[in-house]
Amino acid sequence: MYAYDELDRTLINERVSEFRDQVKRRLSGELTEDEFKMLRLQNGVYLQLHAYMFRVAIPYGTLSSKQLRALARIARRYDRGYGHFTTRQNIQFNWIKLAELPDALADLAEVGIHAMQTSGNNMRNVTSDQWAGVAPGEVEDPRIWSEILRQHTTLHPEFSFLPRKFKIAITASEHDRAAIKIHDIGLRLLKNADGETGFEVLVGGGLGRTPFIGKTIKPFVHGRDILSYVEAILRVYNQYGRRDNIYKARIKILVHELGIEKFSREVEEEWKLMGDVGLTLDHSVVEEVRSRFSYPAYEKLPHMPDELKQAAHDPLFERWRKNSVFPHKVQGYSIVTLSLKPVGGPPGDATADQMDAVADLADKYSFGEIRVGHEQNLCLPHVAKRDLPLLWKALDRIGLATPNVNLVTDIIACPGLDYCSLANARSIPIAQELTRRFANHDTADLIGRLHINISGCINACGHHHVGHIGILGVEKNGEEFYQITIGGRADEGAQMGTLIGPAIPYAEVADVIEDIVEAYLALRDRPEELFVDTVKRLGVEPFKERVYATR
Amino acid sequence: MPLVKDGKIAADLFVHVPEGAELPGDGAILVPAARFLEDPEALLKRAGKVGVIWPNNRDLDDLVPYLDRLAAVALVFPIFRDGRAYSQARLLRERHGYDGELRATGQVLRDQFVFMLRAGFDTFEVRKDSDAEAFASTAKRYSVFYQPTGDGRLTALHRRMQLRHSESAGQ
Repeated sequence: MYAYDELDRTLINERVSEFRDQVKRRLSGELTEDEFKMLRLQNGVYLQLHAYMFRVAIPYGTLSSKQLRALARIARRYDRGYGHFTTRQNIQFNWIKLAELPDALADLAEVGIHAMQTSGNNMRNVTSDQWAGVAPGEVEDPRIWSEILRQHTTLHPEFSFLPRKFKIAITASEHDRAAIKIHDIGLRLLKNADGETGFEVLVGGGLGRTPFIGKTIKPFVHGRDILSYVEAILRVYNQYGRRDNIYKARIKILVHELGIEKFSREVEEEWKLMGDVGLTLDHSVVEEVRSRFSYPAYEKLPHMPDELKQAAHDPLFERWRKNSVFPHKVQGYSIVTLSLKPVGGPPGDATADQMDAVADLADKYSFGEIRVGHEQNLCLPHVAKRDLPLLWKALDRIGLATPNVNLVTDIIACPGLDYCSLANARSIPIAQELTRRFANHDTADLIGRLHINISGCINACGHHHVGHIGILGVEKNGEEFYQITIGGRADEGAQMGTLIGPAIPYAEVADVIEDIVEAYLALRDRPEELFVDTVKRLGVEPFKERVYATR
Repeated sequence: MPLVKDGKIAADLFVHVPEGAELPGDGAILVPAARFLEDPEALLKRAGKVGVIWPNNRDLDDLVPYLDRLAAVALVFPIFRDGRAYSQARLLRERHGYDGELRATGQVLRDQFVFMLRAGFDTFEVRKDSDAEAFASTAKRYSVFYQPTGDGRLTALHRRMQLRHSESAGQ
C-alpha cells in the first residue's frame, strides 16, 4: 500500500476546497451550467438520466480496508446504499446530490481518496494489474511506477485540457490483466539486457466508435526517462490532436492519421528538444516513492496446510477454490477473487454492507488490503491458504463467493440505459438474464473461460469489442437492438471481435448467446480449447450459421 | 474586460488592433499574428511597444525570431477546454527563453489561473470582474505541485528529497 504523506494530503484537501467553491458558485448562479459542466467533469461528476453520478478513483486498483469503509460510508450517507465498480478501477455512485458532493469529497480525502480527473479531457486514473506485487513471475511491482505517474498526471498544468480523455495503463506481467493494448498509452514493464527497468511503450489503443489496438512506439524507454517520454507524447497530442470533432479527438485517431512511424518521429523530436526539464527519475527518487509502499510481513507457511486438505472434501468449497483462488508469489498464500457477478445481479455492484464486510475480511485475512480489477470484481491479494475455508464461508454469507470468475456469467457491462444519458440500450438486464440462463455452475464450468462484454452504446464502456462475445446495444426505430461480435480479447493478444450478422432485438439476445455457446460446445475439438480459440480456428461462419439459420 | 497583471488588476496599456484596422501613431499595440508577419520589421521599428496575438493552432517557429524584440505575446483560449495555448506558453518560456509579458486571452476564468501561472502566463484578460477580483486568493489556492515547470515552484518530489537529505544530515 502507498501511504500518503503530508504533501499528498494537502493537495487533495486543496482540491476539495476548490471544488467546494465551484459548487458554491454554481448553486448561487455565479456559474452557468455550461461553465460548471467543464469544472465538474474535471472532478468525476456527470449529469446522468436521473441524477448526478460521482466517479471516484481507485488508483491502480489498490484500496485499504479503511478506504473501502469510507466508500461504504459514502454509499450509505450520500447515495442509495451501493456503489458500482467500473472497468477502469473506479467506483461510481449514481444518486449523489450536488450540494452534498463537497462533503462527500472531504470525507474521502480523509482516507486519501479523490475523484480528480475521473472524467473530462485530461489524464484519467492510472490503472494497473490488480495482482500487482503479488503475481508470480512479475518483473517488478508496477504500482511504484503507477504512483509516480498518478502524481505526475494529477492537476498537470499543461495537459488538463487535452483534445479528449487520456488513459494510461501499466502491466508488469507476461499475462496482461490491465488491458494495456486498448489504452491511449500502454506501458509494459520489462528489464533490458543490463537488468535495468524500463517500459515498452504502446500508443493509440482505444475502443469507442473507432477501435484500435495500441501500437508499439518505442520498444524500450528507460525507467528514468519514462516521465519525459510520456510528456513528449502528450505535448505532441495536445498540439496536434483533432479538436474539430469529438469522435476523432482521441490520440488513436492522430496516430492512425499520421501513421505510427511519423507520429513516433514527432514524439522523438519533441523528446530530444525537451532536454533535461527536471523530469528525470533518478534512482533515489524512485526509491523515495518505493519506500512509501508497505508490504505485508508474510509468514513462512506450508504449501498445503491441513485446513486446506480437510476442506477439500467439501465439493462446494473445492468448486470455489478451483475457480476463484489463484497462485501467489509467496508460498502458503493465495490471491482470491471476489465475484461481483451474482446470478441475477448487476455486474460490478456492491452494497455498503458488502463493502464493510469485505473490509473486515481484508483486515482479518489479507493484511488490510483489497484490489479492484478491470473485470469489475474485487480481490483479496494476500490470503494465507490455511484461512481459505473460513474466508470462503464468510464470503458465501455475504454473497461474494459465486464461483464464476472468468466464466460465462462473469460479465463486464456498462450501466447502460438504466442510468446513462449516452446509452442507446440497456446493458444490465441483458447481463442479469444471461447470468440466469447460465446459472448452473456445472454447465458454466463445462463451457470454461468465456468473457462476455456488454456496452449500451458505441462509446464502448463495456469493452464489447474485446469480449470473447461482445454485445453492443444500438437503437433502431426507437427499439433496442444488439450487435453481436465474437473472437475479441483484451489481454496480451488483444484483438477486436468480428460481427456475426445483423443486429437482433432485445428479447432474443439471451437465446442467441445460448445458441453461440451451444455451437461452441459442439465445435470445439477438445474440452480444453477455449471459446476464443475455437473462433480463431473456425472463423465466425459456423456460429453465424447457427444463429441466423432459424431466424 | 478586466486585466490582471503581475497579480493585480491593472490598466491595459496595449491597444488591440483588429485585422484591417489602422495602426495608432504611437502607444503600445497588440496585433494579430498574420498582420505582424506581413512586415514585422516595420512594426518593430514603430514608436511604442509591440505585442503579437498568436493563435493556438499556429506553430511558434515563425514567432521565435522576434521574441527578444516583442513587448508581449498574447495566447488564445477560444474556449475554456481548448488547452493548446498551455503548451505554447511553456515552450515560449521554457524552450525559447521568452521573458516578456505573456498574456492569456479568450475564455479566461478563475479556475484556470493556477494552471496558467504554472505554464508561464503573467497577464490575464479575465472575462468576469468577480474572477479578476478573486485572482490573488485563487492563485494561492494550491501549495503543493507534482510537476516541474518553468515557474520555479518546487515539486512534491523535490521537497521530499530535500526533507530526506536534511533528515539524513541531521542524524
